[in-house]
This record gives sequence, structure tokens and C-alpha cells, in this order.
Amino acid sequence: MNESPLIFEQSRPGRRNPAHAPEAPARPVDMPAELLREAPPALPEVSEMQVVRHYTRLSQRNFAIDTQFYPLGSCTMKYNPRACNTLAMLPGFLGRHPLAPVATGQGLLACLFELQEILKTVTGMQGVSLAPMAGAQGEFAGIAMIRAYHDARGDTARREILVPDAAHGTNPATAVMCGYTAREIPTDAQGDVDLEALRAAVGPQTAGLMLTNPSTLGVFERRIIEIAGIVHEAGGLLYYDGANLNAILGKVRPGDMGFDVIHLNLHKTFSTPHGGGGPGAGPVGVGERLLPYLPLPIVAREGETYRWLEESDRPHSIGRLSAFGGNMGVLLRAYVYARLLGREGMERVAEYATLNANYLMARLREAGFEPAFPERRATHEFIITLRRQARELGVNAMDFAKRLLDHGMHAPTTYFPLLVPECFLIEPTETEDKATLDAFAAAMAAIQHEAETRPETVKTAPHTLPVRRLDDVRAARELDLVWEGDEGKP
Amino acid sequence: MSEIPSGLKYAKTHEWVEELHDGTVRVGITDHAQELLGDMVFVELPEVGAAVHAGQECAVVESVKAASDVYSPVDGEVVAVNERLADSPELVNQDPYGDGWIMQVRLADDAEPGELMGADDYAAMVESEEAE
Repeated sequence: MNESPLIFEQSRPGRRNPAHAPEAPARPVDMPAELLREAPPALPEVSEMQVVRHYTRLSQRNFAIDTQFYPLGSCTMKYNPRACNTLAMLPGFLGRHPLAPVATGQGLLACLFELQEILKTVTGMQGVSLAPMAGAQGEFAGIAMIRAYHDARGDTARREILVPDAAHGTNPATAVMCGYTAREIPTDAQGDVDLEALRAAVGPQTAGLMLTNPSTLGVFERRIIEIAGIVHEAGGLLYYDGANLNAILGKVRPGDMGFDVIHLNLHKTFSTPHGGGGPGAGPVGVGERLLPYLPLPIVAREGETYRWLEESDRPHSIGRLSAFGGNMGVLLRAYVYARLLGREGMERVAEYATLNANYLMARLREAGFEPAFPERRATHEFIITLRRQARELGVNAMDFAKRLLDHGMHAPTTYFPLLVPECFLIEPTETEDKATLDAFAAAMAAIQHEAETRPETVKTAPHTLPVRRLDDVRAARELDLVWEGDEGKP
Repeated sequence: MSEIPSGLKYAKTHEWVEELHDGTVRVGITDHAQELLGDMVFVELPEVGAAVHAGQECAVVESVKAASDVYSPVDGEVVAVNERLADSPELVNQDPYGDGWIMQVRLADDAEPGELMGADDYAAMVESEEAE
């Protein structure tokens, strides 16, 4: 099974790779003796060829957007154009030291400034900071700004953040991290926020509402203007979770819907690579009221020159979220992507993402699958429920997901949102063509047929991948990611 | 169809309550709940001595699919918790009404009977949820 041993296990004492060794090994100076190693580090001793084969083999086992259809709902796994990589890796960008003088980095700052302006325009906000290093940090920054706003007004009794039950788990987690309690708002049968429940929940304790629109149920929140009115009248602010911005890019702006603060996931909507946990970028945008609290640094243009705004420029800022300016490589890729698309291209992103999702939903419906919200038009993603298959055939959503891997397709998001039993959240994105969508629908129909005739084949899938069905329970309970070496071996 | 023993009371949020006839009750999650949640990987138990309130969170069950709050079906004080779940959360899946119990609660003196259901009503509720 483990035909590919760890690089450490391939190590042989004395094997060297002089072609890649540093020419003059660095010697520590001024390092106290007690901090120096007594023995060399336990690095693998392998040849160049072993390294090349090892990592090439590992890369061939990757399931990635560069090799396969990847319809992971709410993750927006769209193709990452190579031009973005090429331009972000120009030597002037790659070689720039974060502490180099601003005067020698005007080009970089100009790109970042323009990215701030583009994001402002496309979201309808009044100010943008690119500082947050990921979506979760963007959320944190957003709610921290809401808190700073209320606190600055002496409005300190507001200690509750409202979160619809369809929300990403990060939303209530963010509220708690910022010292708030999270209060859940139910969703009605059509997938909209339950307005009566919202009216009953708001009050002098309400700091704000966090909303994803379109929601994780794959539908647009139709009464958003009413929702904004209810929350604002109660004195709360409106937070927009940008996870699903791809559906409305260039079409509708969160600022126009009444949102006061937004985070964007550049690694989703603006197509920077994401996978393996990052790096991401989670810029935040704000309306007038939260402008003073934006995290630092921010790029400002003064005449023909650019500079970083610091604490002295923004004394009410919630502060810094990283040592320097954010995830520069990610921000540059997003900037190139936005410039490649232009305004017209952004609208086409939303149109094709929505078209693809609705087409695929219709095809799956024809094949007998049950959409969770059949009366609603899908946004850029949609949900099907496999509860009938689970009940009648004993084949559940996870079994379908694993079997899809055998068809050369990454599984959609499974068992999320929690409101829909045995569900798939499917997001094809705008970059897939009709043939791929048809192939996915055909694979699903083939698995359905198998589930009816040979359910064991589906329940024991995958059958063609380097690893078979994983033990999820053991993986969660006895996670072992660290190579600890051979104790006692010389 | 999941198992729903007739001698127990049930909460809308899928917890069961067993009357122990000494002023205390035992609480766990139903067979239906554990089926929906899937294989358990972790159970966060309340502390012995903690006050619990009907309808409020008292424990967390985490499965391979999701982490979910467990709501106390009664008002009272926790007098014992099922320590075995720390090492063997799978007991919740294997024996939800027996070895997979979560906590034992001494009922508050002024405890209201609350909105608990009998087995028939709970079975009807589960059936209507599934038919939705």
C-alpha cells in the first residue's frame, strides 16, 4: 500500500548531493554556544534523482484544479490563469524586500493601490485594506471594526452578533473571537432568512448581523434590503461574508445592499491558487462609518507618489494583522486577474458561474436527483440531497463522493450546509465548459445506477486511487503528521 | 427506522431523558441523532457540578461530518458524566441509550416538566422530518 516511502525513509548515511549544496556554508556569528546544535539536523540524505522522483510521484497523486474538475461548493475552485503567476513572479516583485524604501517600490505600491480601488468599486464600499492574510483573518478584522465602532460611541451594551443557521462555521467563531456571543437566526423553507425571527432577535444588544449572500444554500437572499433595514434600525451593523461573491461579481454590490463591512476571499473570487491551506488573502472593505478603523497598512496615493498609511495617519485603526503588507504574492495575482477581466469580464464571471450551476442542476434533476430548493434559481452553486438514496439504497452522500473520485472528478462539498441532510453543495465555477458539466452529470447517473444494482461497489469506493477508503474517525482522533525519526538508531 | 425506546422522554432537539426515580435523570442523544451525525470522534462533556438549563447547550458531540451542540432537556445540576466517552466516543454510535449516555442531572426543585415528548410523539416528529 505504502509504495512511496517518506523522503526520510529513503535516507542513507553519507549520501550527498553536492551539486545543490551551498558554495560557502553560512557560519553563525555572535550565536551563544548554548543555542548551537551539537549534532547536525536529521535531514534526509538522498540523491538529486531520489528527490526528483519522490516529489514528482507525490505531485502525480494530487487531485487539483490543474488536473481535474473540482466542483467544491462555497470554495470557488476556478482555474488560476497562468498570466497571473507569470506577472506576479517578475523579478522586481519577487526580489523586493519588505523593508526596502518606499521610493524604490512605487510600482508595487501602485499595483496595490489600484487593487484597493478595484475592490472598492466592485463591492460598493468606501475604503479597502488588503492587510488580512486569509478569509478568517478578514472576518476577524471586520467584526473587530464593528466592535471598535460601537465602543468608540460608548455603545458597549451591544454584545451579540446574529448569524443565520446556514452560515459558515467561521462566522460564529469570529464573533466569539471578538468577544461577542453568537445568536442563531433560522432559515425558512425557501432558503431565506426568517424575517419574523430576525425581527424578534434584534434589539439594544445587537452589534451586527453576519450574512453570506448568496447564502451557503446556493440562493440569493431576496429580502436583503428589508434585512438591512431591520438590523440598522436596531442600531446594528451589517457584515458581508464574501465567500460567495463570485455569483454576483460586477452585477450587484454589497455596499448597495446596505452592508457596512465586507471581507473578500481573493483565493476564491479573484482566482489566486488555494489548496493545501493557503496562502490566501482576505481584504476588508468598509462603508463610511467604519473607515477610521480599517486595519493597517493601507496604500495611499498623494499626487504622483504612493506610500503606506501608518498608525499616525489612522490613530483609530484596529491595528496590524501581519508584520508587513499582507500576502503580497496573492495580492499581485488578484490584481493581474482583475486587470485581465476588466469591468466587463467581471460581469461575465458572475453570468457564466450562474449559468453553469443552473445548467448542471437541471441536468442532475433530469437524471433523477433531488435539488434541495427546487423552486429557487441557483446562484453560482446549488444543493442536491441524497437522503432518498441513503434511506432506500443504504448508499449515502459520502459514498457518492468517494465514487466520483474514480470517475476522475473531485467530490463536491459534502454534508454542508448542515441544514440539508445527505447533501452535496456543487459549485462548477465559470471556467468549466459544457462537456465537463455533462460528464459530471453522466458520472452521477452511472453511480446512481450502480447504487441500485451493485451498492457495495459504491460503498467501498474509491477503487482506482493511490489510497482506498480512509478511516475518517481515526484520522480525526489519532492525527499523526510528524515524522519522529528512528529513536535509538545511530 | 431508528430505535425509539418507549420508556424514555424526548426533546425536539433529539436528546433523550431517562427517569432514574431518585430525583435524577440520565441524558443522551437519540439513535436518530447519532445516525444523522455519523461516526463520533469527540464528545465534550459538561463538568460535574455545573448547572444546566432546559434548551441550553450542555455538551458538544463532534462527528466526522460536523460538531453539534447537545441541549439539556431539563433544568438541574450535573451529578455525573460518562467519562468513558473521553476515550470511546463511538459508544454514542454503538449504544446511544445505554453505554453512550452523556450526563446525569439532579433535577432542580422548581424544575418544570418542560416540552418533552413521549416515544410516539417523537417517532412521529422524526418521521415528518424525514418526509419533508
